[in-house]
Amino acid sequence: MTGFISLFQAAVVFGTVIMFGAVGEIITEKSGNLNLGVPGIMYLGGIASLAGAFFYENSTDSPNSFVCVIIALLCAFLASALGGLIYSFLTITLRANQNVTGLTLTIFGSGVANFFGGSLNKLAGGVGQISVAATSTAFRSGVPLISKIEGPVGQLFFNYGWLTYIAIIVAIIAQWYLTRTRTGLNLRAVGENPATADAAGINVTAYKYLATCIGAGISGLGGMFYVMDYTKGTWANDGTIENLGWLAVALVIFTTWRPKNAIWGAYLFGILYWAFFYISGLTRSSQEIFKMLPYVVTIIVLIFISLRKKRENQPPEALGLSYFREDR
Amino acid sequence: MVKAASKKEALVRIARRDSMAMWKSVAIRLLAVVLSLILSGILIYAIIKENPLKVYESMWNGAFGSVRRTWITARDTMMLLCIAVGLAPAFKMKFWNIGAEGQILVGGIATAACMIYLKSLPAWLLFICMMVASCVAGAVWGLLPAVFKAKWNTNETLFTLMMNYVAIQLTSYFVALWENPYGSNTVGVINQGTEEGWFPPVFGQEYMLNVIIVMVLTVGMFIYLKYSKQGYEISVIGDSQNTARYAGISVKKVIIRTMLISGAICGLSGFLAVSGASHTISTSTAGGRGFTAIIVAWLAKFNTFTMIAISVLIVFLEKGAIEIASKYNLNDYVSSMITGIILFFILGSEFFINYKLIFRSKSKEAA
Repeated sequence: MTGFISLFQAAVVFGTVIMFGAVGEIITEKSGNLNLGVPGIMYLGGIASLAGAFFYENSTDSPNSFVCVIIALLCAFLASALGGLIYSFLTITLRANQNVTGLTLTIFGSGVANFFGGSLNKLAGGVGQISVAATSTAFRSGVPLISKIEGPVGQLFFNYGWLTYIAIIVAIIAQWYLTRTRTGLNLRAVGENPATADAAGINVTAYKYLATCIGAGISGLGGMFYVMDYTKGTWANDGTIENLGWLAVALVIFTTWRPKNAIWGAYLFGILYWAFFYISGLTRSSQEIFKMLPYVVTIIVLIFISLRKKRENQPPEALGLSYFREDR
Repeated sequence: MVKAASKKEALVRIARRDSMAMWKSVAIRLLAVVLSLILSGILIYAIIKENPLKVYESMWNGAFGSVRRTWITARDTMMLLCIAVGLAPAFKMKFWNIGAEGQILVGGIATAACMIYLKSLPAWLLFICMMVASCVAGAVWGLLPAVFKAKWNTNETLFTLMMNYVAIQLTSYFVALWENPYGSNTVGVINQGTEEGWFPPVFGQEYMLNVIIVMVLTVGMFIYLKYSKQGYEISVIGDSQNTARYAGISVKKVIIRTMLISGAICGLSGFLAVSGASHTISTSTAGGRGFTAIIVAWLAKFNTFTMIAISVLIVFLEKGAIEIASKYNLNDYVSSMITGIILFFILGSEFFINYKLIFRSKSKEAA
């Protein structure tokens, strides 16, 4: 039982990172933009929150935890949205190819983040490891009242930093937005068939820009969660965020473009990813085979949805294509 | 935009250009590179307070400062070029093979396996074995998404992307399996003493063979795409699958055949990386070059000779950035940052090649 509890806990923390990433990317993809820059965006969010928190903590003797949180959140969201804006400008206004632009954004984001992450580590001096203890503690504090619940139920469900629950709320809001609001339906129309949406009087360009920037902002929160909660406010140039970013892209497919599925899908990915750790008798090499599971499962889902051809499970029709009104 | 149009003519209209003089399009691209270098220069100046021109000078030294460095730059350019050449037919067909990273890795694994298990073979036979094994491995990795795309229209961008990570884990598996020395979690240099399965020096140059192989592929692919029947079929499918079907081209067959070729060449670049360069295998054997090559292939518009220029530029930046990183005590991720900025600019400049802006006043005069 304790084994299962710790597996589940690891999965939830892991899952929250990619849940943010995937929900943001779902909103982006619903507008028809296949943004392969998610890893880069998550990098930007992570490093911006870390830098913001670092400079704030260094500027005062007694950092206020509320201010810490606000600064980190704002920095992460704005930096990632800026990444989304670069992507939007190139793909929507300048009609550059989406795949290529997204990949470039990933290269750029990982370059910026690891470059400044390394520099911050040097700035922090000493053992060469930056740490924003106050901000990280503020992020990892539980939700009042429910975090006091004892026993296995409490350990399984109520023992996480508050951002974990925000992730679920964001996913639910995104689901509600995409299926129950007029602007959400308009957004989906843009992603399915921009020409028709345009004819219906929807401002395609504005929808694409906003969806991509806001989606990028949400994805970036995943990077922030990774830095603040998962690694407890430190930075390492080890490329983990990039792997998690691609896993977030995988999760988007797994959810068949529905944010509500990201909630359980993210935790399932977490369980699949960490399962090797809790299965006894695995050699180190066979553990690596186990870590393939999330990707293999995604491929199977991808094949499955293309075989069944159920219309509601398909990717947005115009996903990956630029829209140019005069092109028809 | 919609509102503005209803009242009066919009300030700027965008129209597609039919074609553009060669020198003009080259000039626009060069301008983009220069602009991006200026921006990067400002950025570098802000960080290290050093004259950017001096920084670029030391970048040049890093890439071409000595004979040895020039050869290493050439070796890495060839590797990147090889992948881009491999991707060219797939992209021309509008098949988004994002899976080069994985295809390189499985090619590398196959090569390393030959080096480890078949080292008793004579050198020439071992060489052929490695070459064939790496091609087959890469081809299989490319075949899987192609079959599903051809038969059930499974999204190839996402499929090939996922295959990368399966390949990375597979590499980790073999690294753990072949670990040497025990506990180091690396394979170490394979056949260090005996150099079995290493590229032999040609004309006294260690990396000459890499250059020869890739140059043959580059020329071959250019001819294949431009002058062969199969190359023509690829470009018809790339323009319109319906046209291709109407013309009697078997789209499924061509998709599968092209991806076999594309995967095989990407696998072969894994052979170059393992046998011809690092003599070891790790999850960073591909090191993101599978993704960078996508950008190279795309920007070159599938012209394999243009790819040479772009590959040189990118590898130059990489090497240069590593040099300034060590000189000014920065970390070498600065190269990814600069590469990103330059590519953004080049991508953006494509717009001005493909489209023209028509300003309001100007169009009135015309009318």
